[in-house]
Amino acid sequence: MTGTAATSFPDPYHEPDALQWSVIDASRLERDIVFDTDVAIIGSGAGGGVAAEILAAAGLKVVLLEEGPLKTSSDFRMLESDAYPQLYQESAARKTADRAINILQGRCVGGGTTVNWTSSFRTPPATLAFWASEFGLRGFGESDLAPWFARMEARLSMAPWPVPPNANNAVLARGAERIGIPAAVIRRNVKSCWNIGYCGMGCPTNAKQSMLVTSILSALKSGATLVTRARAERFAIAGERVTQLNAVAMDTLGVAPTARKITIRARTFIAAAGAIGTPGLLLRTRTPDPHHLLGKRTFLHPSVVSAALMPERIEGFAGAPQTIYSDHFLDSLPVQGPIGYKLEAAPIHPVLAAITLPGDGLEHSRWMADLSRMQVVIALLRDGFHPQGDGGSVRLRDDGTPVLDYPLTPYVWDGVRRALLTMAEIQFAAGAIKVMPIHAAGVAYGRFSDARAGIDAFDLKPRITPIFSAHVMGGAPIGPDPRRAVVGMDGRHHQIINLYVLDGSLFPTSIGANPQLSIYSVVARLASELARALAP
Amino acid sequence: MISRRTFIAAGVAGTVALVAAQWLRRPESDATLATRRAFDANGETIMFAVAPVLLAGVLPAADRERKVAIAQTLTDIDAAIAGLPRGAQAELAQLFALLALPPTRIVFAGIMAPWPEAPADDVRAFLDRFRASAWTLKRSAYDALHELVFASWYGNPRSWPATGYDGPPALSS
Repeated sequence: MTGTAATSFPDPYHEPDALQWSVIDASRLERDIVFDTDVAIIGSGAGGGVAAEILAAAGLKVVLLEEGPLKTSSDFRMLESDAYPQLYQESAARKTADRAINILQGRCVGGGTTVNWTSSFRTPPATLAFWASEFGLRGFGESDLAPWFARMEARLSMAPWPVPPNANNAVLARGAERIGIPAAVIRRNVKSCWNIGYCGMGCPTNAKQSMLVTSILSALKSGATLVTRARAERFAIAGERVTQLNAVAMDTLGVAPTARKITIRARTFIAAAGAIGTPGLLLRTRTPDPHHLLGKRTFLHPSVVSAALMPERIEGFAGAPQTIYSDHFLDSLPVQGPIGYKLEAAPIHPVLAAITLPGDGLEHSRWMADLSRMQVVIALLRDGFHPQGDGGSVRLRDDGTPVLDYPLTPYVWDGVRRALLTMAEIQFAAGAIKVMPIHAAGVAYGRFSDARAGIDAFDLKPRITPIFSAHVMGGAPIGPDPRRAVVGMDGRHHQIINLYVLDGSLFPTSIGANPQLSIYSVVARLASELARALAP
Repeated sequence: MISRRTFIAAGVAGTVALVAAQWLRRPESDATLATRRAFDANGETIMFAVAPVLLAGVLPAADRERKVAIAQTLTDIDAAIAGLPRGAQAELAQLFALLALPPTRIVFAGIMAPWPEAPADDVRAFLDRFRASAWTLKRSAYDALHELVFASWYGNPRSWPATGYDGPPALSS
């Protein structure tokens, strides 16, 4: 036996009640299928999950479509080799068009919430203020959203992590303190967490309050239908309305469509396929886009990595993966100034570490041999607030699948260099023996002064300095002005009157923090308004 | 919350069971192209030459174990490719063809002999050139090989003891 099927944990999807729920695995369909419903929701992540719960609770008939499989706690064996192909877009190897940025995005029931590291932050006030001043968003101030943040924090059991951070996060806390910058404890959406550290592979104990075990369960209990392994191809449009969604069933690997078609006719359609999937679906549909906004201004929080070798055992594979953060380099910089960054730790499992470490052969194997003493800090850059950092754009490949072009500008690289310096300084201050800023050169330094000289001289270029992203945002922004936004302040498409966007695509910039709570809260509010408008 | 002490005890017991289970696993027989799901002949030939060089330092020294480990890694790489989107599979097939066909193998990759006969030093030099190339295409080819080989190697529990990673904990309460 490799890994452990956590069969002793109650899995709500295996309880007798679950037999009453309407769940269809499209890969097993023997004939085409047509639904007539009130609301069709495409995507079951942070946006689609919350929307499904609220609309189903309001008595509306909901069909929730998900491209990935339904995998639940009994399937989560805490193995990277299982989790990445099953639960992530493109086996966790999704990349930008020039392959410079590796994007971790969920593709399973619950979407990113099933595999995220549970970090929960309210949308920073500086971000909301920028949306109001630059994009004219109304009713999106801190006090307007506060009740929605509070509601979702309560719904998903978000609270500051109450036990000491694991050693990996403790290094970040210690280093930050020693260089004199504030660090704080992260709020996590967990209940009775075992502190084992496998959040990114699906929570085997159902401690994580992902959409999978909260809102989607609730929607199913209210009578919603969940269709898994179904890829939304395009909307059919007549005049200014969507008439139906055309989807295809996927095979069990999630690679190729089967011959089966799924058609959903609905009064209202909600795109919640994430900030690559939603613009992709709308681009395939050729929804009206008179001001060329769709898929543009797509943001990633481009992230860079610094690995340290510590004298003590760190075991970055064990314990809650993200519990300490520092916003010093966001809060101390104006949003429109040089690009700021958030500092966090990242879990260190063998596959993720091995593909991130540069080089090969003996050089690579020496670092891998020290995996248990490795410590990792990441810096997430706040993109979207400056003309030289206005994100990327989603376009369609010849086969209709979406891909993101994301130019890495000198403005972004400047932030990369500062972030690599900061992380090395923190790691040395915390006692690191060696620090390797992740870069193709694969050079490790024994002193901060050497690291500083090395990083100052780094050739920063695509595919030389690897960039990562776990947060895709924007591309179908919300705003009152149709010349600057794809959807209005109610989330409704400016040109298509029964189409809504309710996911991270809505954001006019990046969030500047892990985005799950921002998505939950904004969608909870918009879906509640929609529920009132549609109520039977 | 379940106590930390209970959890740690369970973790240690689980580790022992896991290590035992790893030793009891029978090595798989050499896989052949006939059983491949996504590899074409080019890809398999190139990976067979490239993987042992990338994995220098972690492959077992004994000949038999080494062969089994390489064969298993190729099977894992094949499975990894099979799970990629069709577009990505097609791009990999193009890369493998570019590296395998004699004219481009010699000019682009700088590998004189056919891959099965290429000396390890030549493969080493090829990887170094691609890794450090000013040409993005070569760097991304290196990165694709790096990612496939290391994800497959370190996704397999066989590789974990050398890293100090104990594998996932046992969670039976």
